[in-house]
Amino acid sequence: MDLLGFGDLLLSGTWVTIKLALTSLFFGLIFGLIGASAKLSGFWFARTLATLYTTFVRGIPELLLVLTIYFGGSAVLMAVASNFGYDEYIEISAFGAGVAALSIAFGAYSTEVFRAAIQAIPKGQWESAQALGMTPLKLFFRIILPQVWRLALPGLGNLFQVLLKDTALVSVVGLSDIMRQAYVATGSTKQPFTFYMAAALIYLGLTVLSTSINTWLERMADPAARGARA
Amino acid sequence: MNWNWDVIIEHLPRLLDGVWVTLQLVFVSGIAGLLLAVPLALMRTSTRIWLRALPFAYIFFFRGTPLLVQIFLIYYGSSQFEAVRESALWPILREPYWCAIIAFTLNTAAYSAELIRGAIQAIPKGELEAADVFGMSHWLKVRRIVLPRAFGIVLPAYGNELILMLKGSSLASTITLLDITGAARTIIARTYTPLEIFFAAGMLYLLISALMIGGFRVLERRLNRHHHYRAPEQISKIDPRLAE
Repeated sequence: MDLLGFGDLLLSGTWVTIKLALTSLFFGLIFGLIGASAKLSGFWFARTLATLYTTFVRGIPELLLVLTIYFGGSAVLMAVASNFGYDEYIEISAFGAGVAALSIAFGAYSTEVFRAAIQAIPKGQWESAQALGMTPLKLFFRIILPQVWRLALPGLGNLFQVLLKDTALVSVVGLSDIMRQAYVATGSTKQPFTFYMAAALIYLGLTVLSTSINTWLERMADPAARGARA
Repeated sequence: MNWNWDVIIEHLPRLLDGVWVTLQLVFVSGIAGLLLAVPLALMRTSTRIWLRALPFAYIFFFRGTPLLVQIFLIYYGSSQFEAVRESALWPILREPYWCAIIAFTLNTAAYSAELIRGAIQAIPKGELEAADVFGMSHWLKVRRIVLPRAFGIVLPAYGNELILMLKGSSLASTITLLDITGAARTIIARTYTPLEIFFAAGMLYLLISALMIGGFRVLERRLNRHHHYRAPEQISKIDPRLAE
């Protein structure tokens, strides 16, 4: 890939995009699991908090979330830090703001996916684990989570595609991802169509890749299909 | 950090101007996108492979790439070609407003076409066979049976798509449009109060999506009223068998 000498630049942007997507996926899954546990918990306060979280985050644009965290996050962080006696200026990097915004958004959507998956697990599974004397933590990680994983995978795959495409938004606050590098290349070559089309095709390649990985994971997670031929 | 309510109240009129731009973007491209999506979906369900291939490639491209790339391709990309700059379309493609509308239209058309295709395939076979038995021509069947039924089925999913479009419309701010997000960014550039103004902008988006969800509930109840039908009591008084 040469592209008038800008191929390497786009490739380095692709790497940044992949890192951003995978880091946000990791934290987003954690947020989603916490959110789902809170939604299903017996505590009124936790349920309300989780409902507020999903309603708010799913109702506002991801771009607004990115901008708020990038431009407003340092004020919040500094206010928190000054309570602990730290008064230096704190700046949030574009990557950090991107990970925060995208994982909060991913967490809100995956909360619903996990909640639906947990609720789809028969009650007998919980009861038999309790009958065997498992502690709640062991029960969750050994019995419930492996089954949730299988049920939640298709939904999570769709959400990851959305996340992958949303990474482009972080270029707005200056992260050198695919979009940003395409913009840089456009600046000196005056060929916007060529480079944005190249960027589009890279994203297309990434989404196709993630779809096939997801199909493979779904097969792996399903013991019945694992041995079967496609 | 101190929270400043006054700055929100002072700049609310400008944010409300942004609401108007956002609504225009969503509804103009929503309607145009729907008009484009129907033929795409019909082609996609065709039995002829060459008719199915084109919408497949279109949908594949627009669903597989970020909306931001699509906007930039149309707004910045179109200026690369001499032929475009000298054509009659240039006055339109030069305007960020129309570029945003074109990008959103093409984007939502791809997603809605896929939804409508799913709905068309979900129509019970018996209804289509019944239309054939009545001797309806292909297009009469499409007009009277397939599309009205598909709209009823697709409505809840389309409501979600419209909400996603509302959120996507914030990307118009990246090509200098003053929608809610764009207005918020210009206000913040002067006042340096990102948290307050972005919070207000977020609340406006939430309000609009809440109204949309409510509107779609009403519309869905009306379009799918055969699901909620109950025999009037009067009929059962005349002859109880009629109410069954």
